Order: sequence, then structure tokens, then C-alpha cells
Amino acid sequence: MNRTNSKAAEAPAMQPDPERALVLAAQAGDAASFEKLVSMYEHKIFRLGMNITQNREDAEDVMQNAFLKAYEHLGNFQGDSRFYTWLVRIAVNEGLMRLRKRRPNQVSLDEPIEGDDDLLPREVEDWGPSPEQRFAQTELHEILSKAIGELPEDFRAVFVLRDIEELSTEETAQLLGLSVPAIKSRLLRSRLRLRAKLNRYFRRSETP
Amino acid sequence: MKCKDVIREISDYLNGDLDAGLMGDLQRHLEHCEDCRVIVDTTKKTIDVYCNSEPAPLADDIRERLHAALRKKLFKNPA
Repeated sequence: MNRTNSKAAEAPAMQPDPERALVLAAQAGDAASFEKLVSMYEHKIFRLGMNITQNREDAEDVMQNAFLKAYEHLGNFQGDSRFYTWLVRIAVNEGLMRLRKRRPNQVSLDEPIEGDDDLLPREVEDWGPSPEQRFAQTELHEILSKAIGELPEDFRAVFVLRDIEELSTEETAQLLGLSVPAIKSRLLRSRLRLRAKLNRYFRRSETP
Repeated sequence: MKCKDVIREISDYLNGDLDAGLMGDLQRHLEHCEDCRVIVDTTKKTIDVYCNSEPAPLADDIRERLHAALRKKLFKNPA
């Protein structure tokens, strides 16, 4: 399966890029174009803030600060990545700063992780019809958000960047200040833990 | 390859990052191990359900505060 890296792997020049003209106009000083860019991505950046901080007020601050900083540093954006990826980098840094401020002694992304003994899943059961068919969208959002919220903070950041925002392993490693093997190890554990959490809702025998 | 080896490689397998030798070993294991097939399949579905889920629209009050903050900055200090 190559889906996981599909968007990150697309070269910006290979696809029509509706945001490119808006970015150039905003860089030339057109505030309305910047606001249009904000409107395109505000809900995604808010979700990113929620996924990382697990708190609405923090997520709102993360989103506001990220867009204000993006505007301040718009001249630094060279167009060598998608504008959204550039925004994600800014927002993730804001989110991580917020976490450190909130709990200065608890957040460490580079703590050693446990051995392999915990990996083998305990519950093995096929899932029924697709979650999108079984649950209303609001309910599905709640289930997904709750499951992510139960992950340790360092696992959460890796999963969010790799599997929701679709950054590459290397980009994620660079952003979080971790090695590529550390990212891979956390991604594996995050995916398995989320699988186990979602299993409670999506397994075939479960009647929603 | 044993079940725990499959689990250890599941993430790279789903990313398409396994080398040909390991990929072959893993696929041979999946042919005869129903449990691992289910785990691989439900792990893939886990990634897909997150990846495909569209974020909810921003609540009106949050959106209004964001754009008010932006306008204050944009008009005070044009790029």
C-alpha cells in the first residue's frame, strides 16, 4: 500500500496548484489572498491543534498563532513544498510549545520506548462494514478524536504528522527532533494502539 | 517468519517500505495465518479511516475570532 505517502510524494509542479496564485498574491501584499488561504486550511489547522493539544482553547491559540506567524514569515516561503505543509510545520511547533508550557516536566519526545513484548495484539477480530457506513460523521469524529487523545503525547504527534497530515518519515523526524528509526518505532506502536482502541467500535460483533 | 515478526514489520509493510526478501517472507506468512491477515487488514483500515476523515468545519465563534485577529494584524502591518 502506498497511500500513506501519496500526497507527500507528489511534487508540487506535477499537479495544478490552485493555492500557488494566492500565495504569490499574498506575498506581494494582498491581504485578501492571505485570508482566502486561511479559509482554505483553518479547519485542518484547528484539527491539528486539537489532535496535538487535546484542548479547544489551546487548539484555537495554536491555530491563531500559526496563521499570524505564517503571515509574518510569508516572505520565507520558497514554494519548494506545498503551502499547507509549510503551515503544518509552523502549527506543529506551536502545538508542541503549548504542550511544553502546559506540562514542562511531562513532555519529552525522546524518551526511550519499551521493547517489543507489548506489540502482539490481544484482540484479533475482523471489522464489519466500513466505519464511514456504520457511524454518522459527528460520531465518527468523536471516536477518532477520543482514540488519538488516549495515546501518549509523543506517539500522538508522530501519528498525526505521518498518517493524518501525511508528512514523510524524514520530515516528521526533522520536525520532532527525532531519528528516523525513532519515528518508525513510534508510528508502529501508535498504529497498533489505535487499531486496538478502534477495534472496540468497529469489530464485526459490535452493534453500534 | 513468526507472528511477532509480522507485527514488527507491519508498519513498513503498509508503507511499502519493506525490501523484497522481507516482503516475500511476510506475504508467505499471511497466506497461512488468518490472525495476521486480520491484524494487517484492520491496521490498514485504522490508517485509512484517519487519513480519509475530513475535519469538521470550524465553529462560527472560533472562525470569527481568528479572522478578527488576522484583520487586526493584516491591516496594521501589510505584508
